[in-house]
Amino acid sequence: MNKPVPLILPAPRRRLIGLPRVPLISALSLLVLVAIMAMAIFAPWVANHDPIALAPANRLKPPSADFWLGTDAYGRDLFSRIVYGARISLIVGIGVTVLSILIGLPLGLLAGYFRGLDAVLMRVMDGLMAIPGVLLAIAIVSLSSAGVWTVMIAIMIPEIPQVVRLVRSRVLSAREEPYVEAAVLMGTSTFKILLRHLMPNTVAPLIVQGTYICASAILTEAILSFLGAGIGTEIPSWGNIISEGRVYFQLKPSLVLWAGLALSLCILSINLLGDSVRDALDPRMKKRGAA
Amino acid sequence: MSEVLRVEQLCVSTCEGKPILDNISFEIAAGETLCLVGESGSGKSVTSLTTLGLLPKGSLSATSGRILLEGEDVLAVSNGRLKALRGSRMAMIFQEPMTALNPVLSVGRQIDEVLQAHTSLGATQRRAKVMDALSQVHLPDIERIHDAYPHQLSGGQRQRIMIAMALVLEPRLLIADEPTTALDVTTQQQILKLIRELQQQHGTAVLFITHDMGVVVDIADRVCVMRHGEIVESGSVDDVLSRPQEDYTKALLAAVPALKPRAARQETSPQVVLDVSELGKVYSAPGSVFSWFVKRRQGTRAVHDVSFLLKRGRTLGIVGESGSGKSTVARCVMRLLSPTHGAVRVTGKDISELSPAGLKPHRKRIQMIFQDPNRSLNPRMTIGKSLIEGPMNYGVSFADAWARGQQLLELVGLPADAIERFPHQFSGGQRQRIAIARALAMEPDVIVADEAVSALDVSVQAQVLALLDDIQQRLGVAILFITHDLRVAAQLCDDVLVMQHGQLIEYGPAAQVLGNPQQPYTRQLMDAVPGKGWDFSTGQRA
Repeated sequence: MNKPVPLILPAPRRRLIGLPRVPLISALSLLVLVAIMAMAIFAPWVANHDPIALAPANRLKPPSADFWLGTDAYGRDLFSRIVYGARISLIVGIGVTVLSILIGLPLGLLAGYFRGLDAVLMRVMDGLMAIPGVLLAIAIVSLSSAGVWTVMIAIMIPEIPQVVRLVRSRVLSAREEPYVEAAVLMGTSTFKILLRHLMPNTVAPLIVQGTYICASAILTEAILSFLGAGIGTEIPSWGNIISEGRVYFQLKPSLVLWAGLALSLCILSINLLGDSVRDALDPRMKKRGAA
Repeated sequence: MSEVLRVEQLCVSTCEGKPILDNISFEIAAGETLCLVGESGSGKSVTSLTTLGLLPKGSLSATSGRILLEGEDVLAVSNGRLKALRGSRMAMIFQEPMTALNPVLSVGRQIDEVLQAHTSLGATQRRAKVMDALSQVHLPDIERIHDAYPHQLSGGQRQRIMIAMALVLEPRLLIADEPTTALDVTTQQQILKLIRELQQQHGTAVLFITHDMGVVVDIADRVCVMRHGEIVESGSVDDVLSRPQEDYTKALLAAVPALKPRAARQETSPQVVLDVSELGKVYSAPGSVFSWFVKRRQGTRAVHDVSFLLKRGRTLGIVGESGSGKSTVARCVMRLLSPTHGAVRVTGKDISELSPAGLKPHRKRIQMIFQDPNRSLNPRMTIGKSLIEGPMNYGVSFADAWARGQQLLELVGLPADAIERFPHQFSGGQRQRIAIARALAMEPDVIVADEAVSALDVSVQAQVLALLDDIQQRLGVAILFITHDLRVAAQLCDDVLVMQHGQLIEYGPAAQVLGNPQQPYTRQLMDAVPGKGWDFSTGQRA
């Protein structure tokens, strides 16, 4: 009489040694990023030509054994320029991320904890958010000399409010937790409460937000270079390469294509990695892991 | 009486093969109420979800057994048939009516939806049915309620709506999963009465799930005691409660605190450690753009004119329903809130108007234990770090604080090596012990316990209450115990203060206030205590 109900057992989990299960997409994007980073760090060994030296004799050469991706209008090796360009992109991406978190995190903690300060600080942040990032960057770069630092600061300013808002919202919800109240009752100083009880709550979302900031900074830097408001044209960056290649686009589309591809691949990988980090740090998934 | 539900040898397990329910069998006849009673994790909710075919797909599944609803096996029917059965033949009411109702639809619309889905009635007929259902659950002014949204109703009214929605199609089986747990005792009493009444009118079979033995006494015809996914004991209420056969049932019944107040204790010290006089708290209304032009709206008066004294080594219970202001009193006493009026004197010093800096030396005199043990310990810190945080703020060296932490863990009945572990490695009851140890680490004169045992299972609750009592005798600490549970108050407190709408209703020795209440509201509260008609210590109807 008893009708057996099929018991569905999931496939046993595949595990890399000692590591939690990593989805294919995250593994791939991580691989791409590591490759780009290695390319940037070891650029002098990876590149087979000087990325800056002009060689009019070699201008607009097609791809060959010597010039892997061909040469540009000044006879410079395109492959070597893209390799060196990765340096600028990564420096700007990582630099902007670190700087905006260094500035935004303490501001967000303070805004979330002190109601009086919150009202003032968040209106300032609202003001900053109203400024279009690229326009602000063009303004700053044209007022001072173009350079990596100027570009980084220009890109960073509109990113700070994002970090502040995120940290503040986490602090606002975490400060209602009884363990924070318990710390207040035990006479813990406000500084220690912020550092010990509240800041750890913001780390997971900050890591995720950090990846998005990084991707957006790399893109903005390329846009600025493309518009001629970025890093000086003498330094190879992906934006510069695309900008210069634009002139010969009809003649030789590969000048724009390869740098554009590198840029897209890099940003896509960072964003995908950010998504997987977000999934991995999701509190529901985490709970399942801890149980 | 015809049989409505028969569950035969039901087994449910997780996808990893871990058994959740093991060989559950019971049956319910029309017009009968069967209570599944057990502590958290006993599998009582899984039983109800399986019956409704609502097991979370991919994580739990029924492996064997049958669930016959009027002869039809719920486990074998198609999804479409299951949907038709839910609502028309069986219905469910949930613990938290706010989350079970859709906040953006009027409640009348929501009941109407059930009729739309399961019947082919026209709009006027449906409206008549909805109105009939609303009047059957004794809601006042049903025209207005029909168009009201869930947030405009009280918790009790929302639960009445849920019942109306469940019963509008006259199902044969009603499953009620802790339907009164989130409600105040007086509301709970009314809802239980309502379920009883409607069941008699319609001859519905009721599967009632609860953790509260008192509720079992009030509603059940028969009872199944569950533990670890098995039915430990079953039978009629009188049989199981007066002649329990299994040790677990006996332990469960023994853990229910008696409603009779404890014997009066001798005062151990004349020293007053907490003196609250004429305490008042007004929450100011949010200012608007027009506050400069028009008179400010009046604030909400959460607490008004509450005074009490607490001596060393004594326990004062503040009891009341939700919204009575009892937690606000606790937070004002702790200075998590600043009182608007009155004085809070801790060992003689008024702390009600001190600045945060001025407050620091007095903080350690008075410590708090919170309701939810899952949230009162920082999940990212080891137990040791949580325990030494307070003492080290007051200049105790790390080594001393750590050694003291280990002693305290042993005092609260945990091994000393627990100090290196994290909160998630402990059960709820153990975490509450840790929270008590943390409060004691400050060597306070007063401990404020805000619903400190309300989130715990009854057997764990009994242990934690015994621990508090033991600690009080050993250390002479005074306890301010905030609770909605009169049984707990009767067992722990020397004095009891009853609050309603932010005001003090009755205040005096526990034997007097609970044993011989003078105020009508106190009497009403005492009457509403679930299972008051049963004396759990003697196992007889009182």
